Amino acid sequence: MSAAPKMKPKKTKASLRKRRRIYLIVTSMTVLSLATFLVLSAMKEGIQFYKDPSQIVENRPASGQSFRLGGLVVAGSFTKLAGTMNYKFSITDTVEEVKIEYKGLLPDLFREGQGVILEGSLNENNIYIASRVLAKHDENYMPKEVVDSLKKQGVWQHDDESSNENIPNKNAPETIK
Amino acid sequence: MIVEYGHLAVALALSLALVQAIIPMFGAYHGNVRLMRLARPVAIGQLLFVSFSFGALIYAYLGSDFSVVNIVKNSHSLKPLLYKISGLWSNHEGSLLLWALIIALFGALVAIFGRGLPLSLQSRVLSIQAMIGVGFYLFLLTTSNPFLRIFPFPDEGRGLNPLLQDPGLAFHPPFLYLGYVGLSVSFSFAVAALIEGKVDAAWARWVRPWALLAWVFLTIGIVLGSWWAYYELGWGGWWAWDPVENASFMPWLVCTALIHSAIVVEKRETLKSWTILLALTAFSFSLLGTFIVRSGVLTSVHAFATDPERGIFILGFLGAVIGGSLLLYALRVDKIEKGSIFAPISRETGLLINNLLLCTGVAVVFFGTLYPLLLDAMTGDKISVGAPFFNKTFVPLMMPLIFIMGFAIQLNWKRADIKAVASRLKFIFGASVLAAVMIFYTMDTDNFMAALWFGLGLWLVLATFADLFKRIGLGKSGNLLNKIKRQPRATWGMFFGHLGFAIAVLGMTGTSNLSQEFQNIMARGQKIDIGGYEVTFEGAKAEVGANYTAVRGLFTVREGGEILTKLEPATRTYITPYQSTTEAALYTALRGDLFIVISEEQEILIDTKKTSVFGVRIYHKFMQVWLWIGMIIMVVGGLFSLSDRRFRIGVPLKSLFAKKNKIRAGE
Repeated sequence: MSAAPKMKPKKTKASLRKRRRIYLIVTSMTVLSLATFLVLSAMKEGIQFYKDPSQIVENRPASGQSFRLGGLVVAGSFTKLAGTMNYKFSITDTVEEVKIEYKGLLPDLFREGQGVILEGSLNENNIYIASRVLAKHDENYMPKEVVDSLKKQGVWQHDDESSNENIPNKNAPETIK
Repeated sequence: MIVEYGHLAVALALSLALVQAIIPMFGAYHGNVRLMRLARPVAIGQLLFVSFSFGALIYAYLGSDFSVVNIVKNSHSLKPLLYKISGLWSNHEGSLLLWALIIALFGALVAIFGRGLPLSLQSRVLSIQAMIGVGFYLFLLTTSNPFLRIFPFPDEGRGLNPLLQDPGLAFHPPFLYLGYVGLSVSFSFAVAALIEGKVDAAWARWVRPWALLAWVFLTIGIVLGSWWAYYELGWGGWWAWDPVENASFMPWLVCTALIHSAIVVEKRETLKSWTILLALTAFSFSLLGTFIVRSGVLTSVHAFATDPERGIFILGFLGAVIGGSLLLYALRVDKIEKGSIFAPISRETGLLINNLLLCTGVAVVFFGTLYPLLLDAMTGDKISVGAPFFNKTFVPLMMPLIFIMGFAIQLNWKRADIKAVASRLKFIFGASVLAAVMIFYTMDTDNFMAALWFGLGLWLVLATFADLFKRIGLGKSGNLLNKIKRQPRATWGMFFGHLGFAIAVLGMTGTSNLSQEFQNIMARGQKIDIGGYEVTFEGAKAEVGANYTAVRGLFTVREGGEILTKLEPATRTYITPYQSTTEAALYTALRGDLFIVISEEQEILIDTKKTSVFGVRIYHKFMQVWLWIGMIIMVVGGLFSLSDRRFRIGVPLKSLFAKKNKIRAGE
């Protein structure tokens, strides 16, 4: 390894290695800065804030500004415009309510009393125009954001953590208490 | 009783895993052959015990033993056989047992097929493998026992979520886990190599088939999940950049980088420490994926019940594995010999850039997946990072990847002639640009990016074929069939792998940009035109199934006046658990899928007559099937690569010993 005659070629090899390493670092930096640039520019439009009805009343987002809204569908608020796929309903975090309008097919799990997450924006009349309805949960799963909102309002009693001992009646669909 | 035996078997497997983790490692340190030899039989014994316990749980599931909590929650006596079995891994506890089973399985496979490995390396690998296993057995026994009994027990189960009663989803978790856990073998090899301080071509030749196997499983698992989301959920979406999807995508990306960089170690004995790092990272992402899915920290369809205790256990385990392995890496990476040097234009560089872009992609996905968590923890702001973010970040990063792929596959090792390659590819490049321009002008939309992506996909298809023809020696003298036969399996592996990817890229571009959607109410007899088809709604009828009621619609699909097919989408309402699901109807053609979803009936007045109408959603998913075909071809490529001669048992040994002797003689 340290034999004298080998020193010279080894040195050039080392310097070559160093130069290659510099190339590599420069390329990596270029790719990484490109990625950082892409991420930063996508942060403006690619990211949506989640809000609950109380937060909207407290601090109303600008009309047309897109955000996610979550809460429980108010019982009795659901109406359907006959002959269309236009729906109206309200959602609540048990403190405040927001009126919603939506056009399109509703997901399988959409029901009054159930937690949903919506995508859309408020219009001038304080009605939230939903472009998407996400009710992507099964009978014992609630969207986490909605659970957090309800916990904040102190009305969350649905104790899923201890569900190991909690075998519900097979005939009763679980509902939010 | 069998359930208790199953529980006991897990505890016994844990003790065997402890033995396997400690003694061979100790033996390898002291060079004690007898202690090292212990690893093999213990690894096989561990597999037997955990298989027994897995079998016990399956037995209990098949017999619908509702005195077991896990079975009450996830099964139902009326459920079809397949879903009784798949109910086992549809939940947290059962899927952990599956994890543990697969870890032990891979350990035993290394024990059985790794007889040719140097004994010290094999015993260290098996020891690391057992350490990972210990973590999972502890997890099972302390917080997630699938054998827990309940008293008094109910006479019927809670059923499996009907959304999950689907063959695609029944097989999705096992394949995904085979992939996740398959990466534990590369991880164990990497840690063992760090301890031994030796990485050479032989090591890469041992690791690569395991990584490749994991990659094949992971790909199949992801495709099954994607297919399930596509037609069962009725969203018509095959990828939503959901955190749980990202959780499986990140290890896949790192694994893809790993199987490429391992080639460089094998052929050129360079990029060694990088490959080690990738092997460590790949498995770390598998664990992270488990953490994301199982702890319920993220909002998602897949999240099961939230349980902080389990989350903390996984987080601790994750910290130990990632922190420990990275610490070891930092301490030992100097011991690994530096590799040979290569020119800036060479196949090594091509593969390095592939790795660089894939890893940058992983970093972006990682950021997008975990940023909401971080922000929530720090400021309390809740945000969602969805498809728009990833489409603007990850997707553009893949453009240079595909462009460079076309070139890189033709570059020589060590030093390549870029001009020769460029001149070979100039017609292909021209043709792709021309195609992109033509597509841009014939498309209905002025979607520049879509045209660019079509051009890139075509470029990769053509460049992959060009490379194959060059390898075969098309146009040169000699019997073509013989020349084709003489190609090693690895060539076909690369060809199909890249071709499949290119075809999938074309499919993704098509379905993401040129699909059409109709969403409205339809009355009987109504017609609509979509994607060049004429779809007529013929009416709907009520149905009663085994444990559900349904509304089934009938649609006739015509093209140019001729009836192509009749589609019958349905919407089902299940009784246990109470839930409705959409049964989409599909008509698949190369041009695209016709995808119909029907929803509930309503009555309205049309011309003062009461008419019943149905909410209907019809998609034309342009070129959707190309995506699936491409993915299948990719898997075929992986299998070809895996069956290459040099990976087969016995073969690596002979050639390696020959090579080693040569090297020694040369010195």
